[in-house]
Amino acid sequence: MAVVREEGSVGIVELKKFTFAEPPNELRLECGMTLGPITLAYETYGEMNADKSNCVLVCHALSGDAHAAGKYTPDDSKPGWWDNMIGPGKAFDTDRYCVISSNFIGGCKGSTGPASIDPKTGKPYGPTFPMVTVSDMVEAQRALIDHLGIDQLLCVVGGSTGGMQVLQWAVSYPDRVRLAMPIAATARMSAQSIAFNAVGRHAIMADPNWRNGDYYGKSIPSRGLGIARMIGHITYLSEKSMHQKFGRDLQDKSSLDYDFVAEFKVESYLNYRGDEFVKRFDANSYLYITKAMDYFDLSQPSGDLRRTLSAAKAAFLVISVSSDWLFPPYMSREIVSALRRNNLDVSYAELQSDYGHDAFLLEVDAMTRLIQSFLEYGRPSHPKSRCSLADTPTP
Amino acid sequence: MTDKIRPEFKYIVDMVEPDSKVLDLGCGEGHLLKLLQREKRARVQGIELSDTAIQECVANGLFVYHGDLDEGLADFNDQSVDYVILTNTIQVLHRPDFLIEEAARVGRRCIISIPNFGYWRIRFQLAFHGTMPRTKSLPYEWYNSPNIHLTTLHDFRRFCRERGLRIVRETDLVQGDGKSRTVGLLPNFFADYGIFMLERE
Repeated sequence: MAVVREEGSVGIVELKKFTFAEPPNELRLECGMTLGPITLAYETYGEMNADKSNCVLVCHALSGDAHAAGKYTPDDSKPGWWDNMIGPGKAFDTDRYCVISSNFIGGCKGSTGPASIDPKTGKPYGPTFPMVTVSDMVEAQRALIDHLGIDQLLCVVGGSTGGMQVLQWAVSYPDRVRLAMPIAATARMSAQSIAFNAVGRHAIMADPNWRNGDYYGKSIPSRGLGIARMIGHITYLSEKSMHQKFGRDLQDKSSLDYDFVAEFKVESYLNYRGDEFVKRFDANSYLYITKAMDYFDLSQPSGDLRRTLSAAKAAFLVISVSSDWLFPPYMSREIVSALRRNNLDVSYAELQSDYGHDAFLLEVDAMTRLIQSFLEYGRPSHPKSRCSLADTPTP
Repeated sequence: MTDKIRPEFKYIVDMVEPDSKVLDLGCGEGHLLKLLQREKRARVQGIELSDTAIQECVANGLFVYHGDLDEGLADFNDQSVDYVILTNTIQVLHRPDFLIEEAARVGRRCIISIPNFGYWRIRFQLAFHGTMPRTKSLPYEWYNSPNIHLTTLHDFRRFCRERGLRIVRETDLVQGDGKSRTVGLLPNFFADYGIFMLERE
C-alpha cells in the first residue's frame, strides 16, 4: 500500500529503541559511576545509501526529544520539533540524506533516565540515577551509530544543548564526523546560564511534591517544574520579541483588576507554557539535564578551547543569532576563533533575527539556505569539497 | 558596496599566483573568491559583515565568516595566507591603518584597491562647482556615503612608505562603461582607481 504523505513531510514515523550496555558491560560515566543497561530512543527519516555515507545525526536541546520530524499518526496535532527543517526538499533533504534523531540519556522521552526502572531495585532510579554529562550523552549516541553500522556521519547538527553535543562529537570522534553544525551553542556554560539553570532547579526542589526526587507513583512536583520552564522560556526569547508578541496587553479583559491573577498576556502565556511542559516532561530529568549543561566546558582540562578543538577534523558551519542573550554570538565567535586558529575549515553566520535563542527553531529560510549548501559542498564526492585555507596541516 | 563582478577584478586575479591561499576581507557575495578559485585554483576564505551575503557565499560553496573588520584579524596566525585582499573596502573602515597592518601581518602579500580622490573629475567638481564630488567609483551623496576615509594615490603611497610596506605592483585604472583601462600618465590625476600589491619590507 502506498503511503500518502503531505508535501515536504517525512510522513508517518515511529519511535525506535536501541538497548545496549547490558551488565557486565555497563557504560562508565564521566562522574565515575556506571550505567546499564541503557536504552536510547531515536527516529530515522530517509534512506541510508549503500556505504552509509549520507547520514545526518540530529541532537536535540534540553526539552526536546527524538521526534524531530513527521507525525506518529495522521491525527497528531503537531509534527516533530524540527519538521520545518527535515523532509523532502527541506534543509535536511530526506530524499538525499538519512537523518537520525537521537534522544539522550538522562531524558524522559524513551531513553534511560531518572524515571526509568533501575533493574537492581525494580523501582525508578529517581535521585539514585547517576549524574550524566554531555560527553556521556555522546558516548551513548556513539553506541547507537555503531549499532546502525555507520562509520562516518556526514553531519552532526544541533541547536543549544544539541550544539554542545555536536562540539563534543567533533572532539571525541574526529574521524566519524565530516561536517559539524553547532547552532546557537556555546563551548562552555557561562555564569549567567548556570544561574538560570540553578534557579530552575531550586524551583523544582522547593516543591514539596519533589520529595528529594522520590515522587514516582505519587503527585509530581508540577508547580516547581512549571516555574523552571517559565524561567527557561524567558531566556529563549529576546526582549524585543517578547515586547512585539505581548507588549503590555491584558489577558481577555480591557481593564486591570488589581489582583494577583495573570492580568497580562505575557503572564498567561508563561503559565500556559509551564502547564504544557509539566504534562510532557519529568522534573528529575530537568534537573539532570540542566546539570549536564552546567558541567559542559569544552576548554577543559587545559582551559584552552583551541587545544581541545585541535582534536577536531570536521568542517564546521557555526550559526549564532544576533538577539540570543542566553548563548550570545560572542560564544559562537569564541568557537569559530578556536577552530580558525587550528586551521580547520569553518564558516560562521550570525543570523540577524529578533527571535532570540529560539531562532534556531524559527529562522527556517536563512538556515535552510546555509545548511543545504553546506551539506552539498561537504559531501565527500564533491570536487569543491577541499577549497579552503585549511588544506595544510597545523604547524 | 556594490557586489557584482567589478571590472578591476581581472587585474587582481592577474596579480595572484596559482594555488595560493587567499583571504578576502569584506568579500561580499564572494564573486572575486569564486573567480580566484576557478582561474587560479586558489584556496579561498572570506570575512563579511552582511548575513545575506554570507548565505550567498555558503551557497557558492565558499568558507566565509561573519566578522567586523574594524575588530581586526585576531583569529589568524602571522603570515598564514599568501594574499590578503581588500577591494574597495578600506575607505569604509574606522581605522584603515589598523586593518592594513593586520592584513600585512596575516598575509605574505596584501592586495588593496582604493578609489582615488585625486582623480581629475573629483578635483574639478570641488574646484569649479564647489560641490562634494560624485563619480562612478564614488557615487554617494555627502550625507549617505559609507566612505569615511578617502585617500589619493599619493597619500596611499606615502602611507605605505611610512609604514614599511613595499609596493610590489601598482595598477592604476580609469573606469568606463563596464570596463576599465590602465592609466600610465599622471595616475593621481587621470586614474579613478588604484590597485596595490604590498609586502612587508
